[in-house]
Amino acid sequence: MTRADADQVAASPEAVAARLATSRYLADDSLATAIFLAIHLGKPLLLEGAPGVGKTEAAKAIAELLGRDLVRLQCYEGIDAAHALYEWNYQRQLLAIRHAGDQEVDIYDDRFLIARPLLQVLRAPQQRVLLVDEIDRSDHEFEALLLEFLSDFQISIPERGTIRAEALPIVILTSNRTRELAEALRRRCVYHWIGYPDAEREAEIIMLRASDVAQTTARAVASAVQAIRARPLAKPPGIAEAVEWANAATILERGGSPWPEAFRRAIGVLIKDEEDLSYIAPELGRIVEEALG
Amino acid sequence: MSALPREAAPFLGFGRLLRRYGFAIAPEQVTGFMQAVTLLGPRSMNDIREAALATLAPPPDRRAEFEAHFQSHFYGNTSAVSASEADEETRIKDDGGADDEQIKAEHSREGGELSSALEQLSTRDFQRNDNGLTAFRRKLSAALPARRSFRTVHTHSRGKLDLRRSLREIVSADGDIPSPLLRRRQTVPRKLLILIDVSGSMKLHTADYLKLAHAAVQGTDRAEIFTFGTRLTRITTALRIRDRDRALARASAQVDDWDGGTRMGPTLLAFLSVPRFSAFARGAAVVILSDALERGGHAEMETAMRRLSARAFRLSLATPLAGDPRFRPVTAALSAILPVLDDLVDGSSVKGLTDFILSLARPAPAAKTIWKRVS
Repeated sequence: MTRADADQVAASPEAVAARLATSRYLADDSLATAIFLAIHLGKPLLLEGAPGVGKTEAAKAIAELLGRDLVRLQCYEGIDAAHALYEWNYQRQLLAIRHAGDQEVDIYDDRFLIARPLLQVLRAPQQRVLLVDEIDRSDHEFEALLLEFLSDFQISIPERGTIRAEALPIVILTSNRTRELAEALRRRCVYHWIGYPDAEREAEIIMLRASDVAQTTARAVASAVQAIRARPLAKPPGIAEAVEWANAATILERGGSPWPEAFRRAIGVLIKDEEDLSYIAPELGRIVEEALG
Repeated sequence: MSALPREAAPFLGFGRLLRRYGFAIAPEQVTGFMQAVTLLGPRSMNDIREAALATLAPPPDRRAEFEAHFQSHFYGNTSAVSASEADEETRIKDDGGADDEQIKAEHSREGGELSSALEQLSTRDFQRNDNGLTAFRRKLSAALPARRSFRTVHTHSRGKLDLRRSLREIVSADGDIPSPLLRRRQTVPRKLLILIDVSGSMKLHTADYLKLAHAAVQGTDRAEIFTFGTRLTRITTALRIRDRDRALARASAQVDDWDGGTRMGPTLLAFLSVPRFSAFARGAAVVILSDALERGGHAEMETAMRRLSARAFRLSLATPLAGDPRFRPVTAALSAILPVLDDLVDGSSVKGLTDFILSLARPAPAAKTIWKRVS
C-alpha cells in the first residue's frame, strides 16, 4: 500500500475510528485523531498508558487498518544495535570464505546480512509498520539510537553504505511510563495518553473481544471493574483482564455455577496480586451484586 | 520567508504561554501543532484541543493544568487556571522540568551587596558545620552498591568469549584465527533513594538531612530524594543546583508540609502508586530517614514497607531515636515493620548517617537479628 492509499484509508479521524472498529478495536476520538495525525504528518506515534489498556492492540489494529505487516521490536534493558538494526551472519561468512578457496567472494553480500526490525521496516516502508514496544524498559543508550533512526529514517552500515527509506515508514512506540522518556523523543512524536475507558465503552470492548459473553454480563463486568479500579490496588486490572474475567465467568456459569458465584470464582484472572485479592475479597460480593443489579 | 498569516498568531501564542508556565515545548512542536490544526479542518474547537494534545504532548500528570491554559487562551476563561487541584488524596508534587528560568531570574535580581553577604554566609556556614559532607560527596558514587548490567564491556582478562567480535575479527582476517576476544558484564551502581520525613517530630534533624541529601545528589547522578509528611514531594531537581544554600532554599520552598503530622503509610503508598516513582525504588538502596512515629494505625505503613522492601535492593530505616542507647524497636509500628527492614540504624548524627550510606555495599545481618541480639 502506498502513501496515497494510506491517506485514502485514513481520510479523517472518523474514517480511522470506523476502520479500527472493523478490526475489533474501539478507539475514542482522541486516539483516532492522534493516529490520523501520525499518518498524515509522517511522525511516529507515541502511546503511553498503564499496563493492559490496549497499547499493543492499538498498534496491531493500525497495521491491519493500513493492510501492512506489523514488525515488533520488544525492548529490554541492554538491547543494542545488533538486536535492533542489523547483524552479519559470521558463521555463513566464514563458510563462504572456506568454500571460495582462491576465488573472490563478497562477504558483505545481502545473503549474509541479518535484518533486525528497524532495518526490515526501512527496506519496505510501504508494506510494514514498526512497533517499538515498551520503550521505557530500554536504557538511555538505546533511546539515543532510536532518536537518530526516527529523525532521518536511515541506517549506516559501514561495509555497505547508508540505507535510506524510500518513504516515511509508520512507527508506533509504546511506553508504560515506568520512567520518563527523553524530552527529545517525546518532541518528535505525536503523543497520546491512553486512559482506562468508561464503563459503557469497556462493555462494548468486552462484547467485541469476547464473542461468547452475553451483553448483560459484559455490562456487569464493566461496571464492577470500574468499581474495583477506584480502590487503591497495587495493580489495578486492565482491559485485557476485564475481558478475561468476563470470559472465565461465562465458562464457569455454563459449567453450573450460578451468577454471582461464577464472578467470585473467576476473580483470579482479574486480580493477580495476593495482597490486592485479600483487600478486595470482603467487598467483592457487594461490588458484583451492585454491578449485576 | 513570508510572514505568517494573522490567523496563526493564537497558535504561536499558545506555545509561548505554555513555555511561560514551564511546559517544555519545542519550536518544531508548535509547527506540528499548526500543521495538525490545518489537517483536521479545523471543524470545531475540539479539533484544536486534540491537535494540541497530540503534538504538544503535555505530561499526563499536568493534563488538568494544560486544559486550564487551553481554556484561558482559546476561550478567554481565566477562572479555570488556578482551580485545578483536588484535595482528598495524598498530594504528590514533582518538580521535574519546571521553571529553570526562575532560578536565573532570582540570580540576576540580587544586587552586589546582597549577594556578597549571602556568599559570606554560605562559606562560613560550610566551614563551620561541614560534618564531612564534602568527603561524603566525593566517596559516594564509588561506594554505592553495584549490580551487573546486561551490557558488556571489552576486557583482556577474566571474561567470557565474545563470539560476535571474535568472528568479525576472523572474517576481516579472511579466516585466520587471531587470539579470541573477551567480554565481561559491566557493573553499574544501584540507585540511591532517600525518603526524608519532614514532620514536626523530626524538626531538629530535617535541616541536616537536606544538607546530606544535597551532598548525595551532587555526588552521584543516581540519587533520588523525596520528602514526606502529610504529602509527598520530589525535590531531586531542586537539589541539582550546585550552590547549597540556593538549592536548599528552593527545595524547602517546594515542600508544603513542613513540621506537620506524619502520614507515613499513605504517603509511601502514594509513592508506590506512581509508576515512575516506584520505578526509582526497584533494585535501589532505599534509605528512609524517619522516626516512624505514625499517627493512628500502622496497617498501611506495614503494607507500604512490605511493598517497598519487595522492590528495593536494601531497605533501611534511620531513626534519630536510635541515638539513645536505651532505644529498642518495641513500638507497635516499629516491631511490625522490623521483619522487612534490612537495617535499622541511628539517624541522629550526620556523621553516622554518611558512614552508614557509604557502607551500603557491604553485606550486614538483617535488622531483625541485630535487634534481637540487643534486646
